Amino acid sequence: MSRATSFVKTYFLWELLQGMRVTLRNLFVRKVTLNYPEEKAPQSPRFRGLHALRRYPNGEERCIACKLCEAVCPALAITIESTTAADGTRRTSRYDIDLFKCIYCGFCEEACPVDAVVETRIHEYHMERRGENIMTKDKLLAVGDRYEPMIAADKAADAIYR
Amino acid sequence: MSDDLVNIEVNGRTLQARKGQMLIEVTDDADVYVPRFCYHRNLSVAANCRMCLVEVEKAPKPLPACATPVNDGMKVYTRSPKAIAAQRATMEFLLINHPLDCPICDQGGECELQDIAMGFGRGVSRFTERKRVVKDKDLGPLVSTDMTRCIHCTRCVRFTQEIAGYQELGTIGRGERTEIGTYIERSVDHELSGNIIDLCPVGALNNKPYRYSARAWEMTQHALVAGHDCVGSAIHAHVLRGRLKRVVPRDNDAINETWASDRDRYSYEGLYSEDRLLRPLVRDRGGWHEVEWEQALTHVAERLRDTLGNDGDHLGTLCSPSATLEESYLLARIARHLGSGNLDHRLRARDTRDQASDPPFTALGTRIDALESHGAILVVASNLRREVPIIAHRVRKAALGGTRVSFINPARYEYLFPLSQYLEADAGALASELAALLAAAVEVTCTAVPAHLAGAVDGVQVDDGHRALARELANAEHATVMLGLLAQRHPALADIRALAAGVATLCGASFGALSEGANSAGAALAGMLPHREAGGTPAARPGRGMYEMFASPRKAYLLYGFEPDADTSDPELATKALASADFNVAFTQYDTEILRESCHVLLPVSAFPETSGTFVNVEGRWQSQAGASRAPGETRPGWKVLRVLGNLLELPDCDYVASTDVRDALLAAIGGEPAPAPLQTDFAASRAPAHVNTDALDIPIYAVDALVRRADALQQTRIAIESASAAPTARAVND
Repeated sequence: MSRATSFVKTYFLWELLQGMRVTLRNLFVRKVTLNYPEEKAPQSPRFRGLHALRRYPNGEERCIACKLCEAVCPALAITIESTTAADGTRRTSRYDIDLFKCIYCGFCEEACPVDAVVETRIHEYHMERRGENIMTKDKLLAVGDRYEPMIAADKAADAIYR
Repeated sequence: MSDDLVNIEVNGRTLQARKGQMLIEVTDDADVYVPRFCYHRNLSVAANCRMCLVEVEKAPKPLPACATPVNDGMKVYTRSPKAIAAQRATMEFLLINHPLDCPICDQGGECELQDIAMGFGRGVSRFTERKRVVKDKDLGPLVSTDMTRCIHCTRCVRFTQEIAGYQELGTIGRGERTEIGTYIERSVDHELSGNIIDLCPVGALNNKPYRYSARAWEMTQHALVAGHDCVGSAIHAHVLRGRLKRVVPRDNDAINETWASDRDRYSYEGLYSEDRLLRPLVRDRGGWHEVEWEQALTHVAERLRDTLGNDGDHLGTLCSPSATLEESYLLARIARHLGSGNLDHRLRARDTRDQASDPPFTALGTRIDALESHGAILVVASNLRREVPIIAHRVRKAALGGTRVSFINPARYEYLFPLSQYLEADAGALASELAALLAAAVEVTCTAVPAHLAGAVDGVQVDDGHRALARELANAEHATVMLGLLAQRHPALADIRALAAGVATLCGASFGALSEGANSAGAALAGMLPHREAGGTPAARPGRGMYEMFASPRKAYLLYGFEPDADTSDPELATKALASADFNVAFTQYDTEILRESCHVLLPVSAFPETSGTFVNVEGRWQSQAGASRAPGETRPGWKVLRVLGNLLELPDCDYVASTDVRDALLAAIGGEPAPAPLQTDFAASRAPAHVNTDALDIPIYAVDALVRRADALQQTRIAIESASAAPTARAVND
């Protein structure tokens, strides 16, 4: 840049005007800002948020304690203990997911042979006390029970791609 | 020998093989993998799974490698298109009826069918028809079944037939209706039956107590030495988050080959029994209190000093024969440091008259894997299958290979092989039976009766059975005479031992004996004996053995790792003596009523899977292990507890950092691992009848130690239930 142009640009605030032009243009463009939490961005049915354990329609737990999710978990966030249930089936006696360790990769969901563990679209959750980051089996089943319609719809929407 | 060797070519590689060897053995030795289900190196060849088909040049069809003997110049291709096609086809047929329940199958992750399906099968199934379903069989408390998964390799059937000795399982039906079962409704009861779990290549037969509790890939594997009998079987403990989940055998051809006895496999359940002692307990006027370790050990040291004063002879020390070498050694050092010579580990012995002639440790007189090369074996007073299942298996193998095996027993026990002679005598008359055999041996070998045995042989009745047996022992290439545990617990052990040793000497046979617990040899070498110090050197001041220290009660007792009511030969005398003592300390795994009544301090020490340590088996083989599982509560390894106690009692040179330091210190003190020494006795035996009840001598297989007695699954077996119903009388000693 020649000294002359540089001189002119410095004294006539050329860069500032350039910036103001962008501002002016955006004053008249359609807005994209969302008023969260009143408004929310669209989510894919494949969104990977809070985990849940599902049940069959008759209320039976899906999870069979095969421990494939525990084995595949790259963050070692899942801890399972298995036992024989009263009816002789293989069940978990403990199923913990540590949400602080979890990296939400969705491998557990991929590994599950019975679609028991899923990652739901819920992402707005928080913890207030130490230890609440551990999702126990009861908490996971409660999430599953509450959001089953949503989970089932998401699974159905994604089924055609599998 | 070179005539017997042939050259074959496998995948272009030239390999040498012995004539008549099966192809799969040759490829296995050369690390050429051929998939297989029914072939197992310790079982006969069945060739019914057809998975090991390989292409052999000039053969019109693929041949099964497990049933094809090698020929000179044979050319074999294991990965040719023809072989691969055959393997894939076989795999497809096997998977037709196999359920897709790998996620809930305990075999998942360690399944031969899974592995081979991955390596040799097709990606997808073309089978759309219905799969077969088979009803599960109830095989008892040890083995769970999912018979739909069975692929009919018949390894389990061949195991019960060939290794166990009686056919508990068999195939019923043909074609698709083939089923493995017990013919009639019954459980599998053999003391080695748990091995069918490891043999099963799929998840049809599984470990029942372990069922659904862990996955193969998440457990860590630790090598252990089995702690219930004197052979020291090699086992692996599988541990998940510190908890022992199951035990599987570890290959050791010198001892247990690929097998584990059910006792070794399932005893671990006792580790998690509800009466496990979790914290040190101290009794004062107000009753029992949980205390910290430091407090407990300081208390023990102070009270021991107060109670004993200057006279260590007031102390009696008893140690379980299954305690590790390190524990026995440290305990013996502590006792001798306190000036006491009253130590013993022979808790079930009733006769120690001839202890002066004891060898440094009780040994078998031969190697376990050499039993098969003997021409004749005589077992004296042993319920062999129940006492040491692995040696019983070796003896059976020997008998099937042509060894002449004879018994002199106080009862008719079932042995599943052809017996040469079975001399049955009343338990009290065992000595006179042996005297008769000795007289027969004198006749047969035309020698003189050894002077010290002359009194016993004088005027004895010899019959043809004795002569036949003596002839057999004298004429055999290698012969051995083995004293069983019934003899070790016999009130006339000294007579029996001298006479049996006399027979062995006259017939040129080796002589040995089985011993109690996992580490009798180690305890003897550690100096846990009243008349011997470490390494078998005679004690400067011989003390009292178990009987004498109970008969003339001491002021204080140290009890290590046993229950006085169940593990001693005279529980009544023991409880009485303990009750009259001022201060008793029990190092124990379990918090029992009887220990609370008779002791003043209970210290929780770890059981054998939880501690590092060394076991010396009946051959004199030293085997060290590192601990496997985490001990519950405040339980600490025994050697650590004893080391700290030693420090508190100012025992010199007691700064061991690891259990290996203790072992090395002992090794240095006794100048290396001693070889087994033959028994040299001049004990003047008599054949006076002894008063003894056979049931009192025969401790049931699943009642030998505290751990086994608490293993639920073992206690539910038919063997345990039958012996428990006979037990109340059995427990009353010398009637």
